[in-house]
Amino acid sequence: MKVAQDNRLDTSHGAILYLEDVTVEFDGFRALNKLSLDISVGELRCIIGPNGAGKTTMMDVITGKTRPSSGSAWFGQRLDLSALTEYQIAQAGIGRKFQRPTVFESHTVFENLELAMKMDKRVRPTLFARLGGEQRDKIDAILRQVRLEGQAQRQAGLLSHGQKQWLEIGMLLIQDPQLILLDEPVAGMSDAETARTAELLDELRGKHSIVVVEHDMGFVAEIAQGGKVTVLHEGAVLAQGRMDEVQTDERVIEVYLGR
Amino acid sequence: MNKLFSRRAWCALACLVVLAALLPACNLAFAPEHALHVPDYLVGLAGKFMCYAMAALALDLVWGYTGILSLGHGLFFALGGYAHGMYLMRAIGRDGVYQSALPDFMVFLDWKELPWYWAMTDSFWYCLALVVLVPGALAFVFGYFAFRSRIKGVYFSIITQALTYAFMLLFFRNDTGFGGNNGFTDFKRILGYSITAPATKAVLYLATLGGLVGALLLCRWIVASRLGRVLQAVRDSEARLMFIGYNPLWFKLFVWTLSAVLCAIAGALYVPQVGIINPSEMSPANSIEMVVWVAVGGRGTLLGAILGAFAVNGLKSWFTAAFPDLWLFALGLLFILVTLLMQKGLLGLRLPRRPRRAAAAPRQELEEVA
Repeated sequence: MKVAQDNRLDTSHGAILYLEDVTVEFDGFRALNKLSLDISVGELRCIIGPNGAGKTTMMDVITGKTRPSSGSAWFGQRLDLSALTEYQIAQAGIGRKFQRPTVFESHTVFENLELAMKMDKRVRPTLFARLGGEQRDKIDAILRQVRLEGQAQRQAGLLSHGQKQWLEIGMLLIQDPQLILLDEPVAGMSDAETARTAELLDELRGKHSIVVVEHDMGFVAEIAQGGKVTVLHEGAVLAQGRMDEVQTDERVIEVYLGR
Repeated sequence: MNKLFSRRAWCALACLVVLAALLPACNLAFAPEHALHVPDYLVGLAGKFMCYAMAALALDLVWGYTGILSLGHGLFFALGGYAHGMYLMRAIGRDGVYQSALPDFMVFLDWKELPWYWAMTDSFWYCLALVVLVPGALAFVFGYFAFRSRIKGVYFSIITQALTYAFMLLFFRNDTGFGGNNGFTDFKRILGYSITAPATKAVLYLATLGGLVGALLLCRWIVASRLGRVLQAVRDSEARLMFIGYNPLWFKLFVWTLSAVLCAIAGALYVPQVGIINPSEMSPANSIEMVVWVAVGGRGTLLGAILGAFAVNGLKSWFTAAFPDLWLFALGLLFILVTLLMQKGLLGLRLPRRPRRAAAAPRQELEEVA
């Protein structure tokens, strides 16, 4: 729990996340194979790759769901992610959106955000917690940001698929994370919803470090905007660079785009 | 406090409490032939049902709200009963069959002195502390290891079932020192008052009523707090909860231990009223029956748990008198019907308004803005 209090993340070297030679093996199958990657502060990084490239496993390693068989993952200079549990990592400032939207369906939209809000999340403070005016304002602000104003009292289970995705992003934002991981944020969204999500990510650009894992090439091309794109293949980095560079890379075309 | 219930609910609750309190009063105040006289058995039955309702509340807190299905809550109920029973056995003094200072069953086993764990049990208050501490400690330790190992769902349920079964076998042994299969009975007095006197019974009844109302208010307060919403989040998506920074372990442990303690208090109130506690209270069927109460009433609603305990036990009282052999079949059938046809239980029959209210809410908000 000590980790949670250490709010000042040491990012003096300019990077917020380092993965060094991370290998994850499941029964002899290497989901990640000496993967090395670093994300800079304030960067919006898109990660693409065919199915089974290890994108979700990489997210699992960063958020503590899966332990690397070897190699290490660092948040800032000092926090060794492989030594922390899921909730410690979340408290340290890494927020994750899952591939399938997961919100608390029987709670209202407002309550979902209330629960996610950055605060002391131990048992006793939670039992006696009362919502202050400032916190209400914060929830309202997030509701506007993720385009759910007017839905506050709606049960989250009744939202559309796209709205659930936004609510989940809202739940990340209200935690005030330094690093946001988005696993296929526009999967299953309509074109209009996808466009609005791109807008939303654009607003967040620079305020948080963001890693987006995505299948939808059009969406990646739209949000990458000259930033770095990483292509994963068989658990390792295949290519890295601007979207137009990556798209013309022979190996990338062979394993992914050409298919 | 006003926020716990709506004004109407507070009024209804107060009326019910007054009504319930009138039962023993009418029993004492009017002669048996008077029209307003409440017969003894009815007071006893209502007192028993209130203990069951308290146990149902406790179970609903872990099952209905947190999604942890316990098939072993009968254990905590029985342990609370045994802890209180130890005092009641000691309070018999030398009035037992063998006129010994030791409880009769120990004389029967030819024991010469009390085992160490019976020390100080002649103190009522010490035994009350045991009622809370023993089941609480057991639940805490058991829960800690189970939840830390992330044992969930049906696996957890099976382990709780095995736990209560193991304790039942343990308590069946004479050498365990809790009266073997006869358990504790033949109580004479409590705090110096005859346990069979109508006035004592009335006081026990009122204490149970107080306990039930207290438990209801406590549960309501917890459920309405942010912690209550975290508990429901554990039920709905534990993984999501971890990834927003909560450690579910302590939340589950808190509610699990609290639930065990509430259940134990219910058991402690139950034993002096029915006059007996034996290991059959720990049999798996008893714990499963508790689950049926909650399911029938409507899990995830506190009033449902209370209603279910009264409804199923009322039915049981009638059924076991009319068709004694068929009760377990009826119980099974009831459970199947409730699971298939009314998943929200009896309260669900009355609550279809709820989703409509949820849908209407955004409009209300717009009005506020305007």
